[in-house]
This record gives sequence, C-alpha cells and structure tokens, in this order.
Amino acid sequence: MFLSKYISEVFGGVKSLLTGMRRTGYYFTHHKNIITQQYPNQKPVLAERFRGEVVMTHDENNEHACTGCTACELACPNGTIKIVTKFDITPEGKKKKAIDTFVYHLELCTMCNLCVDACPTGAITMSNSFEHSVFDRSELTKVLNKPGSKIREGVE
Amino acid sequence: MLQEVAKTDTGDLVINVGPQHPSTHGVLHLVITLNGETIKKVEPHLGYIHRSIEKMCESLSYRQFIYSTSRMDYLSAHINNHGCALAVEKGLQIEVPQRAQVIRVLMDELTRLASHQLWWGALAMDVGAITPFFHAFRERELINDIMEETCGARLTMNYMVPGGVMFDLHPDFQKKVKDFLTLFKSKLPEYDELVTGNIIFQNRMKNVGYISKEDAISYGCSGPTARASGVSCDIRKKYPYDIYAQLQFSEAIETAGDCWGRYLVRMEEMRQSISIIEQLIDNIPEGDFVAKTKAVLKLPKGEFFTRVETARGELGIYIVSEGGLTPYRIKFRSPGFSNLSALDHMAKGQKIGDLVAIMGTLDLVIPDIDR
Repeated sequence: MFLSKYISEVFGGVKSLLTGMRRTGYYFTHHKNIITQQYPNQKPVLAERFRGEVVMTHDENNEHACTGCTACELACPNGTIKIVTKFDITPEGKKKKAIDTFVYHLELCTMCNLCVDACPTGAITMSNSFEHSVFDRSELTKVLNKPGSKIREGVE
Repeated sequence: MLQEVAKTDTGDLVINVGPQHPSTHGVLHLVITLNGETIKKVEPHLGYIHRSIEKMCESLSYRQFIYSTSRMDYLSAHINNHGCALAVEKGLQIEVPQRAQVIRVLMDELTRLASHQLWWGALAMDVGAITPFFHAFRERELINDIMEETCGARLTMNYMVPGGVMFDLHPDFQKKVKDFLTLFKSKLPEYDELVTGNIIFQNRMKNVGYISKEDAISYGCSGPTARASGVSCDIRKKYPYDIYAQLQFSEAIETAGDCWGRYLVRMEEMRQSISIIEQLIDNIPEGDFVAKTKAVLKLPKGEFFTRVETARGELGIYIVSEGGLTPYRIKFRSPGFSNLSALDHMAKGQKIGDLVAIMGTLDLVIPDIDR
C-alpha cells in the first residue's frame, strides 16, 4: 500500500517535471520571445514622463522662467532645493527679486515630482537622464540656472 | 542580540537565519530553535531596516508625507499612497472626481497584479524552481512600463495626491493595458502548467504552515493570509472606498489554511484583479483628474482613520491632527507585521525546509514590517 503510493507519487512528480520542462523547452527553441535588453550597449527607451532629475528649462536667449518664489523649496520633503535670491535693479530704477543660484541636491532627491507640481511658472521639469553615478558625492550638488541666464520677459 | 549557534541544555539547536539570507526577502532575522530538523520555536528579530517613517511624517506636510509611504510596502506603493490620500481627503472632506477614482482603482489593481506576480516568482524560487521567476518578471515588466508611462516612475510612483492623481492618464494607457491583459490571460495557464499543477510543488505546499480561522483572527492576520483560513476580510468588500462598491468581483476565500490555500487565494486574486481592470478600462469617465484643493492643506483638529486593502492585507492609516500644517501623530497598521507574528504558530512542528515555503506564502516585505 505504502509502496504503491510512493511509486505513484514519484511518477506523478516526474510527469509534472516533464510538463514544466516542455514549457521551458518551448522558450528554449522560440527565440522571438526574448525580451532582455543589453543595457550599456542598448539604451533603454524611456517614457516621456520618466522622472530622472530636476532640470530648469532655458530657451535660446538663455532665459528661464524662475521667479525665485521658493514654492518648490517649500514643497520638497527632503530639503533637496535651496534657492538663493538677489535683487536686480530694473530700468525704471525699482528693485526686483530674482534668483542668484538655484541649488539642487541630486543626492537627496527622491524624484517625487512635488516641486515640479508646485512651480507656478513651469520653470523646472523632470528630465529623462538616469545615469547619475559619479566618483564624488559633491558632484551631485548642482546649480540649475545657467551662468548669465536671466528671467524671461513677462514671467511674474 | 545575535545568538551563537549553540546547543541548549535540552539538546535543542539554536540557529540564526538572516538578517542577510536570500529566502527572507530582506533583512529579517529569525532565531530558530530546532529539535533535530523539527522547528520548536521561531523568533523574528526586527529593526534592521527601521527608518522611522511614522516619525518622519510628523515633520512633513499633508502633501509631502504621502511619498514616504511608497517606501514601506514598495510592492504596493500605489495602494499605500491611495490610503494616505484617502485619510487626508477624509479630514478635509474633499470630493474626489469620478475620473480620479477610476484611475486610482485601475492603478491599485495593476499594482496588485504586479505584486502577486513577483510573489509567485519568488515563492517558486524559494521552493526550488528558478524558471517561474523569469516568467513572472517578464509580465511584471509590462506593468512597470505602463506605470512609467503614466506615473513617471516604475516602483515608487507617488502618483496619488490629496484630491485625485498627479497627472492625467497617458493617451496610450488604455491600449497598453488592454494589450497587457490579453497577453497576461494567455500566460496564466502557463503559470498553472509550470507551478500550480506540479505535484512536487503541491506536496511542498499542502498541509504545511496550517493556521486555523480562530488563530488567524487572534493573530490579526489580514489579506490573503487570513482569507486562506476562511476569514472574510477584504477591505474592498467590507469597507469599500472610492468606486469599489460599484464593481463586480468576488472575494477569494479558501478554507484550507495552509500554504496551498494561501497560494490559491493569491492566484484567484490575480484573476479578480484582471476582471476589475476589464470592467473599468473602457469606462473611464471624462472630467477632472484632481479636485481643486488649497495650496496649503490643514486638517481640522481630530483623529482620522482609513484603511485600504494592499496586496498583503489591510493597511490602516491613523492620523492625529492638532489643526496645524503637519500631523501630530501618524500610525500605520501594516499587514506584514501582523502576518509575520503568526509565523511562529505556523512553523511550530514543521521541518526547517518548510519554513521557507511558509515565509514565501506569507509574502513578507520587510520594509513594510519595520517601516
């Protein structure tokens, strides 16, 4: 009794192993279904919305839309963004607040998109770049506004 | 805390499994007392990945704290975020637009599918089959691509905001999800062929890690772990949130209470998730995807509690507000912690090789247990 149960179990096991091996064999002989991407040689196609890092968009005149309102700095949960403001003198002789440096700590960023969501003028966006590895941690602290850039006309 | 491998006075062997062990799926440390090969006691030691998310949330505003909950149960990140958004909405009494509700439920179910796929692959790998892992990841990758296209990230999406969702759906979303469902439904029989019908796998699962209905309730088990023992505890059915009340789906319940029961419940949940997505994917209403909210959210003074059904069980979010910008106290009732507490009960008297199968069917996510 025990022996026949044991033998039937062994045969059942072998049968289900062969069933599984048939599936494995199918994929072994059907190479069309291979989906592996050879990453460093073959760059992945990323979605448009993929969040890689925060960037500030500049137009061809080296102008951006950041007013220095610090909405993004307040929205950030990790203290990733630090905005240093200065006062520009307008042609009319008035003082106007503008950004001096827009410091972005990539090493603290969790790509939660809350800063981009909070920005009232659409000055910052998320870019698709994801290869962030560097040799020194300090290289990850970036200044987002390009040197010599100024705020676009009409952005308040 | 680490105990040396030692023999006790009674001749029992005490061994440590983890904190770095492939079968614990994370930094879980188990101190196991063995009598020969039979388990006498399993003592989980926690805290290796404690990041004090609850305390951190106390210094974050009601918009900010949601992102950190993706890091608890990272396999159901959407559902965690959903629960937190619901709690904030409950406090502020925000009416969520229909479209946002449908999008949220769609994303929740896609997350549940992805989570169960990973569980299926990892469980099969735990009990000694490598191939299913790659099969599971092949399909899960497609869900990740859908998430990446609409939410902007693959794992920690942070897509839910108080009042709705962060962006509208990607124009390709419906087509991609339909393509995925067609493909996945053709692959599910393959899953059954490879693993479910396998006699060796069934023998590893059946009559292993039994927990009765009464014990499952008293240990506070939830989700598939409790439903496999016959406890009807699906939050989507019992306390429906968003549009779950209007959906047709059945709660997967088994009465076996062993690993095999838990396996079948999760397989059935995958089929139910497919049916939920199919009901909604062609009926996404037009309209706003987020309700108009104030720039600064302030919850009124009081206590707010919501619960959602994650892929692992019931997640409770309890917020105490003093009326300020940040919560006074946040407590998460995570499903993994309670399910893990039943591990000792399930493993007692079993062989040490079965412990891996029991842990596999509990579907433990260690960051969810430690938070």
